Amino acid sequence: MSHTDTSDLANSKKRSFIHTLELDLRLLGMIGAFVILCIGFDLATGGRFLTPRNIFNLTIQTVSVAIMATGMVFVIVTRHIDLSVGALLATCSAVMAMTQTQFLPHVLGLGFDHWATPWVTIALGISVGTLIGAFHGYLVGYLAIPAFIVTLGGLLVWRNVGWYLTSGKTIGPLDETFQKFGGINGTLGATASWVVGLLAVAAALYGLYASRNNKKRHGFTVKPMWAEGVLAGIISVAILGFVGILNAYHVPERKLQRLFEARGEVMPEGFTQSYGIPISVLLLIGIAVAMTILARRTRLGRYIFATGGNPDAAELSGINTRLLTVKIFAMMGALCAISAVVASARLTNHSNDIGTLDELRVIAAAVIGGTALAGGVGTIHGAILGALIMQSLQSGMAMVGVDAPLQNIVVGAVLVLAVLIDIIYRKRTGEA
Amino acid sequence: MTTPLVEMKNIRISFGGVHAVDDVSVDLHPGEVVGLLGHNGAGKSTLIKILSGAYGMDSGEIWINGEKAEIENPRDARALNIETIYQTLALADNLDAASNLFLGRELVTPFGLVDDDAMEAECRKIMGKLNPNFAKFNEPVSALSGGQRQSVAIARAVYFDARILIMDEPTAALGPHETQMVSELIQQLKAQGIGIFLISHDIHDVLELCDRASVMKNGKLVGTVDVKDVTDDDLLGMIILGKKPEGVNVQD
Repeated sequence: MSHTDTSDLANSKKRSFIHTLELDLRLLGMIGAFVILCIGFDLATGGRFLTPRNIFNLTIQTVSVAIMATGMVFVIVTRHIDLSVGALLATCSAVMAMTQTQFLPHVLGLGFDHWATPWVTIALGISVGTLIGAFHGYLVGYLAIPAFIVTLGGLLVWRNVGWYLTSGKTIGPLDETFQKFGGINGTLGATASWVVGLLAVAAALYGLYASRNNKKRHGFTVKPMWAEGVLAGIISVAILGFVGILNAYHVPERKLQRLFEARGEVMPEGFTQSYGIPISVLLLIGIAVAMTILARRTRLGRYIFATGGNPDAAELSGINTRLLTVKIFAMMGALCAISAVVASARLTNHSNDIGTLDELRVIAAAVIGGTALAGGVGTIHGAILGALIMQSLQSGMAMVGVDAPLQNIVVGAVLVLAVLIDIIYRKRTGEA
Repeated sequence: MTTPLVEMKNIRISFGGVHAVDDVSVDLHPGEVVGLLGHNGAGKSTLIKILSGAYGMDSGEIWINGEKAEIENPRDARALNIETIYQTLALADNLDAASNLFLGRELVTPFGLVDDDAMEAECRKIMGKLNPNFAKFNEPVSALSGGQRQSVAIARAVYFDARILIMDEPTAALGPHETQMVSELIQQLKAQGIGIFLISHDIHDVLELCDRASVMKNGKLVGTVDVKDVTDDDLLGMIILGKKPEGVNVQD
């Protein structure tokens, strides 16, 4: 951005404002597109799109793909691809479904709804996902088989391993505690949601403060105080606004009445209860924060981006790029397993077609979110926003009443268009 | 005679039947610049990549400071204070100068997290010495000019207390002013007792900067000469014809 065209004064002023805030222009563009999309659908549906209920549903529908998209960022940044994530999700889901409905209750004799069941199941699922991912990484990194081929084969293999394990049957209902990771069956309620929101605001403000202090200590120029204030304000409003919206979605009256009846009580007049933040969304946020720290503040993350930018340079700098590949695919596998928990818990059962075509949604989310297939460039928050944009498009069109085939045609076209816009943007700003 | 900093003895490596380096021996003393000369494909870059750990040799021995050394990968070489500035610069274009400077050796906070601010501060210090005009600390190195990129690559080699420095065509991408800067830097490093292998196909570079020159042709060593004993025609004869100059003391 060193060669700003100064002939257009208004333009350069706007630029310098954004520059002072140190905001990412591409991210702003994506948020802008997302906002326009939401408002457009809201108008087209007569105000049904931007309701607390629909926003709640959108977020829980996005979680599974978004979790995997954070891992796909690292895979694509290192110039690889993973076509097997949907199939791997199915295998992990099948393993976990069989573990909690057959193996633990019957073979080990724990019975149903034992306290240990969900945790043993999840630990096993994540181990299986990690191992399969690491195996993919070994084939790619050490045996030099292209990732495209390894994971294309993996797509067929793992989709059908899942089928084989369950004989193609739908397995359910899943453990009650396990189901809490799905979305609507496990939410924090109003009070806990506000507490989480306030803690998040506190953490964000501390982060800004610590970063400013550290920069000062080394004598770097820092943003003016007003810019920090604006940034802190935006972050606080965004977090608390999001919590407020989720809290505004109330449990339907009929459902509450049934809950009270089941306990043999009578529901008081005018009683309401908020859903609040779903546990699955909290899980996604936790993963997003962890993956962002990994990307930006750890050696592993630095090596991932260096390898993506110039594999030879990384190798010559003493980075073990083969082992790095194994780690990246293992991480991808673990995230597929976590997504499998969320996806199967949301459906309350394991079905044979779970995760079908997820590989395409995950790759599309990462790419729409600004991850470059040429390697070296990509962000975690971008990928999550990409997943959210995809899901909004799909849900919005369904609400407007667009036919299913047309929905997919639009999503496909948007993917190509997003990449085209990104290419044009990069050319304009002179980025590689 | 002092103990040589580096002795590479009877090094051989072949790729698919082609002897890229065939029974070559070279050495380097502290505070000395040794030029490696030869045509493209003569084997000089390959030889030096064995020393920097990028290639594993088929046979031969490497002695560092009078001790036999095992160099199997770039990490081993770095541990022996061997630093390399590659012809292709070996920078990750998508990262900024500080990240490239510390690539593989990042500074970390007590929590084990990468400390970008501390690295930028160190980077500003060393760049202030090497190239005071350098100002693009927060942009990816793809946004830098050839000379600026070269200073990042040089900073990386110098910052970590190199004892042995390998420079592969360090001035190939540079303008006259920047070439001058590199020459001055080489004199400084020499004075600090660092040994430098300078790979070049520019005879004038070698005559100006080097103490000795080892010439290679078709993977074999033609010979090593004192630069002050020879003319550019002698060196050309060695490079093109593989002919040892007459009346000059030539090491084999």
